[in-house]
Amino acid sequence: MSGRSLNLLGLLLVGVVGLAFMFLTPRLAELDTVLDLTVYIIMAVLALSLGLIWGYGGILCFGQSAFFGLGAYAYAIAMFNIGESTVPVLLAIILPAAFAALLGYFMFYGRISDVYLGVITLTVTLILFNSVNSTAGPNFHIGAARLGGFNGIPGIPPLNLPGDKNAVIDLEGMFYLSTASLLLTYFGLRLLLASQFGRIIVGIRENERRAELIGYDPRAYKLATFTIGGALAGFAGCLFANWGNFVSPTIFGLAQSAQIIIWVIVGGRGTLIGPIVGCIGIQWLSAALGANQPSGGSDLWSKIFANAPLILGSILIAFVLLVPKGLVPTLAEIVLSLFRRGRRSEQRGLEPQQAE
Amino acid sequence: MATPLLQTHDLSMNFGGVRAVRNVNFTLAEGELRCLIGPNGAGKSTFFKMLTGQLAPSQGQVLFRGHDISRAYAHQIARLGIGIKTQVPSVFDGLNVRENIWLAASRIGHRDEARRLVDEMLERIGLTKAASRMVGQLAHGQRQWVELGLVLATDPKLILLDEPAAGMTHDEVFKTAELVREINRTKALIVVEHDMQFIRMIAKQVTVFNQGSVLLEDNVENIMRDPRVRDIYLGKQAAA
Amino acid sequence: MTLVVQGLCTGYGRIPILNGVDFTVDEGEFVGILGHNGMGKTTLLKALMGYLPATGGRVHFAGDDITALEPHRRARLGLGYVPQGREIFPGLTVHDNLRMGCIERRDAGEDEIIANVLEEFPRLKPLLNRIGGALSGGEQQLLAVARCLCGGPRLVLLDEPTEGIQPSIIEEIVETLSRLRVANRRLTMILVEQNLDFIAQLSQRILVIQKGRITQEVRPDALRDANLIGEFVGIAT
Repeated sequence: MSGRSLNLLGLLLVGVVGLAFMFLTPRLAELDTVLDLTVYIIMAVLALSLGLIWGYGGILCFGQSAFFGLGAYAYAIAMFNIGESTVPVLLAIILPAAFAALLGYFMFYGRISDVYLGVITLTVTLILFNSVNSTAGPNFHIGAARLGGFNGIPGIPPLNLPGDKNAVIDLEGMFYLSTASLLLTYFGLRLLLASQFGRIIVGIRENERRAELIGYDPRAYKLATFTIGGALAGFAGCLFANWGNFVSPTIFGLAQSAQIIIWVIVGGRGTLIGPIVGCIGIQWLSAALGANQPSGGSDLWSKIFANAPLILGSILIAFVLLVPKGLVPTLAEIVLSLFRRGRRSEQRGLEPQQAE
Repeated sequence: MATPLLQTHDLSMNFGGVRAVRNVNFTLAEGELRCLIGPNGAGKSTFFKMLTGQLAPSQGQVLFRGHDISRAYAHQIARLGIGIKTQVPSVFDGLNVRENIWLAASRIGHRDEARRLVDEMLERIGLTKAASRMVGQLAHGQRQWVELGLVLATDPKLILLDEPAAGMTHDEVFKTAELVREINRTKALIVVEHDMQFIRMIAKQVTVFNQGSVLLEDNVENIMRDPRVRDIYLGKQAAA
Repeated sequence: MTLVVQGLCTGYGRIPILNGVDFTVDEGEFVGILGHNGMGKTTLLKALMGYLPATGGRVHFAGDDITALEPHRRARLGLGYVPQGREIFPGLTVHDNLRMGCIERRDAGEDEIIANVLEEFPRLKPLLNRIGGALSGGEQQLLAVARCLCGGPRLVLLDEPTEGIQPSIIEEIVETLSRLRVANRRLTMILVEQNLDFIAQLSQRILVIQKGRITQEVRPDALRDANLIGEFVGIAT
């Protein structure tokens, strides 16, 4: 089997599994489960946004939650002012994208080194957290929307079908919408990465200097990648604000930013399915561990098992040390090597490979 | 006289207090093949970096086909038609050989044309069979060929080669010399090299750098005989 | 017998590079290794030094089986390695670079060792307080060799010392190494080179490596014959 047909098979598999999941889950699962799954899937869109810019663009952004939060807030504020969701959704995409473009312009065209890029994105996120956090008073409002400071914005009106403000999307509808969004994002990014643009950004990740010397402007390509990542994160934020009808500044917090990075590390950089698997897996695990907490016994072991951050932390460290490439690339390697071994036993005595 | 392909005026580069390149006036004609020699640290690599936009000169000018490129970005200069093969092969290690060449070819041609260019280039650098090998896993010499393929695939007017024969075996040196002569049929080249045997195989005119400036410019035979060159660079070899 | 290599195999991950290398080197011998690019010359040195695990075969050094030893243990036994690309400490001064080379020495004082080594490398003497990274490529190569000698090795593995070096310094390296050979009859050296003159001037025997095996052994004077060379390295010229 050639690489190309393996690739197509993978795409087909993702499509079939995704669609089956989308249509079967609401029929087979309780509403509670469907609700939980919805937020996992929304976060997976967010994970994909970092999967693109870090895994393929090589830009380690500690501030993906900034764009996520901006998207959520933009949707909430616009919704209170407009009442119909078409424009708010667009704003929730455009605003974070514009913000990413502006930030990216200064970082990439200013030739900021990778380490400082991390510091800057993290700082911007924390600034947003602190600024929004301190807008609790009634004097902080944008049009009809009160910002609410650390209390957040409750009761955000839900999405409606475009143009008809009364055709509100219900909870099950949110599940369909989120899953469809994730699938569209996944396939959209696959297309993007298969295009000339996608191959060039991977080239820049591999060797920026060489890409420049054959005539590509790395600054422009990185800026475009970063902006697309910002738009995606903003869109995820919009879905998230809908899911709980609530948004608060913790969305900009350090914990949120760190989580996104952990999802991508665990799932695997340089793949798209990895961040999705990492994101959904970790969220599911945190929820399962969190559920242990109240019933936890008094002996040491049950205390340890009830401590979700401790266990998640250990998992992360184990991953970084033992599976540094992440789950999906490592599994793929194992499968491929089994496949190859199967073939090699058929044709012994290969020429030794050349290398110095 | 026709306009030269490349010209520098008083080109200088200071690092802190050190003047790595000082007042270099250098002219290269259309289609010329020039060798650059000089002791390690004479400023040859810095000179190349200024020609390709990797370093902005502290002073002076670079003119390429009439454009002043002294302050241009590396990618702009590449698009104007200067390609460089660096001393330590600079390639896309995480991609396979075909993808490497494709990245270069797709800048000048689209889809089918790029694909055709890639196939041609793979044939030319002798790596058709290794097309799907990861470049990071190739031997040093093969990575040199990949880099050369990358550069050629962007179809530059002028190619800078920084020690193309370094780390190559005797017969590979011959092969490289042959290839350089072949490339020179359509393109101008500047070659930095220490291997005098290699230089004798390819060059007519040689420019000698020493301590950041041009010491002299002459044909190979005279350079080899020059006592100054012998003192600073060749040692006893020139006498042999 | 100083070094005995039997059936040595190694590779990177699943890619095999050496497929059973056999050779011996006697004390005091200078042996060259010649081969086409990609035949495993550098890999052989790395495997001898322990940077790559042996997947098969044995390596004995001065009677000890060192097949599974870590690189620093091999260094203590007297193996010195000057890698391709020199790898000096660019942020340290020349003197500090040399001091790093003396760290494992117990038999003599640092100053004494450095003074002795510098006798052989006069070019480094005025440069002692210079930062390593500010030296020219040729000077860095001399420094790398000098640093290796500070460790008092019995067997030196030298990988492409002439790459990117101007001709006059190559001559200096040849002269220095020849002097060392005369001064210390017990010093053993394995050198990997593409520069035929260099390898012919310094080696007593030359081993030809092809596809991960030693296929031939030749005398240095044979390298004067261009046709023979083509045959040795596997490509007709």
